[in-house]
Amino acid sequence: MDNQRPSDRESIIGKSVPRSALRQLVHGRGRYTDDIQLPRMLELVFVRSPLAHAKIVNINIDDALRQPGIAHIFTGADIAEICKPWNGEAAHRPNLKSAPQYPLAMEQVTWQGEPIVAILAETRAQAEDAIDHVFIDFEELPAVVDPHGALEASAPLIHPDLGTNLADEQLIEAGSPDEAFNKALHVVEADFTFGRQTGVTLEPRSVIADYNSGSRSLTVYQSHQSPFQMQDLYAQNLAIDENNVRVICPDVGGAFGVKLHIYGDEVAAVASSVLTGRPVKFVADRMESFVSDTHARDHRVKARMAVSANGRIQAFEVDDLSAVGPYGHARRFSIVEGLQTITSAAAPYKFKHYRGRTRIVYQNKNMIGMYRGVGLPIACAVGEQMVDLAAAAVHMDPLEFRRQNYIDDDMYPHTTATGIHFEQLSLHQCLTQLKALMNYDELRQEQQQQRERGIYRGIGIATFIEQTAYGSRYYGPTEARVSVQEGCTLKLEPTGKVRCLTSATEQGQGTTAGIAQIVAEELGIGVDDISVIHGDSGTTPYGGGSWASRGAAMAGEAALKAARQLQSNILEVAAALLDLAPQELTLSRSRICLKHNGQSCMELEEVAKIGHFRQDQLPADLQPEFAVTRSHVPRNDVPPYYVANGVQASYLEVDTHTGIIRLLRHWAVDDCGRILNPMIVDEQVRGGIVQGIGGALLEKCHYDLQGQMLNASMADYLVPMASEMPDIHVEHVETPTRYTQLGAKGVGEAGTIGAIGVMWCAINDALRPLGAQVKEQPFTPEVILDALKQTHQ
Amino acid sequence: MKAPLFDYVNATSLDQALGLLDQYGEEARIIAGGQSLMATLNMRLSQPQVLIDINSIQGLSGVRETRKDIRIGALTRHMELLESDIVKEHLPLIASAMPHVAHVAIRNRGTIGGSLSMADPAAELPACCVALDATFELSSRSGQRVVKARDFFSGLYTTERQDNEILTQITIPKCAPQQLHYFEEINRRQGDFAIVGLACTAAVKKGLMSSKRSLKALDVVIFGCEDKPTRLAQTCLHLIGTSIDKNTITAAKQKLEQELNPTANLEGRADTKLHLATVLLERALLSLARDIGTID
Repeated sequence: MDNQRPSDRESIIGKSVPRSALRQLVHGRGRYTDDIQLPRMLELVFVRSPLAHAKIVNINIDDALRQPGIAHIFTGADIAEICKPWNGEAAHRPNLKSAPQYPLAMEQVTWQGEPIVAILAETRAQAEDAIDHVFIDFEELPAVVDPHGALEASAPLIHPDLGTNLADEQLIEAGSPDEAFNKALHVVEADFTFGRQTGVTLEPRSVIADYNSGSRSLTVYQSHQSPFQMQDLYAQNLAIDENNVRVICPDVGGAFGVKLHIYGDEVAAVASSVLTGRPVKFVADRMESFVSDTHARDHRVKARMAVSANGRIQAFEVDDLSAVGPYGHARRFSIVEGLQTITSAAAPYKFKHYRGRTRIVYQNKNMIGMYRGVGLPIACAVGEQMVDLAAAAVHMDPLEFRRQNYIDDDMYPHTTATGIHFEQLSLHQCLTQLKALMNYDELRQEQQQQRERGIYRGIGIATFIEQTAYGSRYYGPTEARVSVQEGCTLKLEPTGKVRCLTSATEQGQGTTAGIAQIVAEELGIGVDDISVIHGDSGTTPYGGGSWASRGAAMAGEAALKAARQLQSNILEVAAALLDLAPQELTLSRSRICLKHNGQSCMELEEVAKIGHFRQDQLPADLQPEFAVTRSHVPRNDVPPYYVANGVQASYLEVDTHTGIIRLLRHWAVDDCGRILNPMIVDEQVRGGIVQGIGGALLEKCHYDLQGQMLNASMADYLVPMASEMPDIHVEHVETPTRYTQLGAKGVGEAGTIGAIGVMWCAINDALRPLGAQVKEQPFTPEVILDALKQTHQ
Repeated sequence: MKAPLFDYVNATSLDQALGLLDQYGEEARIIAGGQSLMATLNMRLSQPQVLIDINSIQGLSGVRETRKDIRIGALTRHMELLESDIVKEHLPLIASAMPHVAHVAIRNRGTIGGSLSMADPAAELPACCVALDATFELSSRSGQRVVKARDFFSGLYTTERQDNEILTQITIPKCAPQQLHYFEEINRRQGDFAIVGLACTAAVKKGLMSSKRSLKALDVVIFGCEDKPTRLAQTCLHLIGTSIDKNTITAAKQKLEQELNPTANLEGRADTKLHLATVLLERALLSLARDIGTID
């Protein structure tokens, strides 16, 4: 297809254009949900479950209702009267079991932090004061916390109606793995434990609902990634005509997948507005965010890899156990991390025999959902660790071992044994570039010299893939009502400026700036001539929103199509005015120019003015069409994703006495197809790496055996800080996808996907001469010291 | 995260503040920098009837030098200590500890009196004060009394300060010219509370008959392990009079293992903390030995 762009002028795509939309944020004029004040608005707080698993025997709100400022108090039953429950089932996976989930707990609570009672007051402080006056009698039930324990016959059932705590089990098999393992000269095995994490957003989850009983219309301001999904949910579950439901996502301060989900507390806030006829605001505070924002990871993985004497990977096996909390997330499912783990581990390598199994279990902890990378960080860490172990078994350099086992450049398009389809990856080119970038050979020498002095440094390399921009072949059969098309409306204003309404949403990553660059490029105008409007289900074209690294690839393509059509419409009017053929004209620097020599004929503004105000000057049968809408959805006959790839490297030092890890340097060579704005892409990669390093070294949701989260505060849940971060060197390879005209793939998750794995490889590389290996992340000093201690015994 | 209702008094004199303390007793909380108190109020872990703000009281802040001592007002901000030339010159142990005390925004507001009164067992300043044998001046309506740092900390977030008292001044003896010190803490992020930390001071005696020098005095304090800063008295006693070498270090680590009883927390089990404390002790002794020339 056509990846060409007009060559007669300087390109804006590919330039590090500053993001003008950020100006308002640095001026302190951002408008987040909590900044919005509506008349007659009530503040909502929740009484949350102090127990992980209990029956609710009685709820007494009488005393609370008498407290100052209290307007209404609702229980689960009150909300359920007007709001249908939702369910994390998928139509095409009949074995996937999930219980219906209500906005507030009904007969039982299933995790510590589950919302039970909604208190609405004139002020937040008054609502919080009333919490102590709500009396709930619980009958405590044994909590299921350990994922292995969840499957034991004696385990209490979280949802007796399901008959099991096993949500689902998925198997993949290719070739003859048993035979291959039996015949192999070397088989390496390892166990991995991935701790629970959460995505910590600067702005907490926030929602304001304003139900108008006169017009029976609902306006919701929500810090969310998909206003369309929420519009659909409110229309469906609250039975409000969809044309009367409008969801607006104002400025959003970080999302990372956390804000893609349907949360009982947020829906309860919206239902409360319907019940009271008053605007209702709910803003999660930091403490409750830790026990209600979706968590991620929490996997136990066993893997083994068979390798030949000459270092060829023969077979691979992965057995994953994923604990997902008490419910499957509706529309997004909680099996995806497990599925990604078994489909994507070691996917860049050319082995034929494979077996993968994932089991997804319910437990009495906060729900698990989408978080930057969704399973791919686990896949990368497992695959790359196994590759390192296999390389060590045959005494090969890990970098050369990778090169030898990568899918060859002439094998594309290629479907892996794990079932992923690759259109075209740049594995070899990325690795070659990385090797030069990091001075690999010199670094190995330096590492050896340091070892002789008793200093243990590690070099890690991790190859990753990223299935970006999931399409209809993935979500369609689930019947989850997830839109995977994206839309763009462009309006030429009378002064020649352009408004761009996109279905992509913005949580701080800069997608909408990239979309403006596409429109500027196609229309020959400057990015500052374009205003991008986004995050409003009532005005922008319908779409999915921003998730799964889809913004640039999908909404960008829609913008490109719309801009090409608008250009054609503008040139049609200009041609009529100039008495030329449209094909003879082009748009450049806000002017209509002759295509063959670039000579300027008239200002774009003049065309816009005539098209809007002086139609009397146009031929009688010419209708100026200065508003254009186009959509993009991936074709049904191609894979339902655009696969990006890359490779990261880490150089770090392990203090073998204290277990402290010092990060020395980090490198990434990433291929996300066509790059719209290198500055934004580089910072996406860096930010993703930092978030991944946080997961690798620091972040863990600690739970006790009763299912109580022990570190639900920023003092005890450690997130990465700038002072500990290494310099991160980023380079690119550009392999545009041929499935779109734009050629962009996603990049938002790349950094995070590779970071845990590359840290794991680097730490074990440092510890290898001591005979120690870490099997559990995050890599706390204690984990490191325990690994070292085992070697002494 | 909204604090429950409380009364707030911006005290303009020490007398006024002490009068209010007398009146409200344990129902009152003193707010200085507010870096811990504000969070506990908002989390509703603390629900006082009245908050007494001492920030406007004159004369509670600043570092000054007397002939023998350094006097630090309780309201002195961490940032002021960090930047103080007097502290750098006369209290090098505190100077080495200050960069580890929290992050810039907290240092700008947090005070030494607040940190000492809070008595977090993993905090740097209580440990340094114990190591340096500081004395604390406590004021109340009935007058002033002086408590040694070594007696002040009584347990987890608890001190000998009575409900009607305010910690007003910290007095620390000036560091003698030959005095040595060592400070180190282990944590995963710079500025966090320590997983385990060590603060120590030492003095050296020159041998009369030989150039071999031995320890005349030694105070090693471990923090982040027990419910308050732990002074390793037995371990130090064992080392005083010796010159530090490989054998004495090994013996000292064994002594420490007998003397220290760490409590587990999310940052580590007791055995992990004990191990880390021995690592810090070894590093401290090696550093002292290098300073006095008994080990290269």
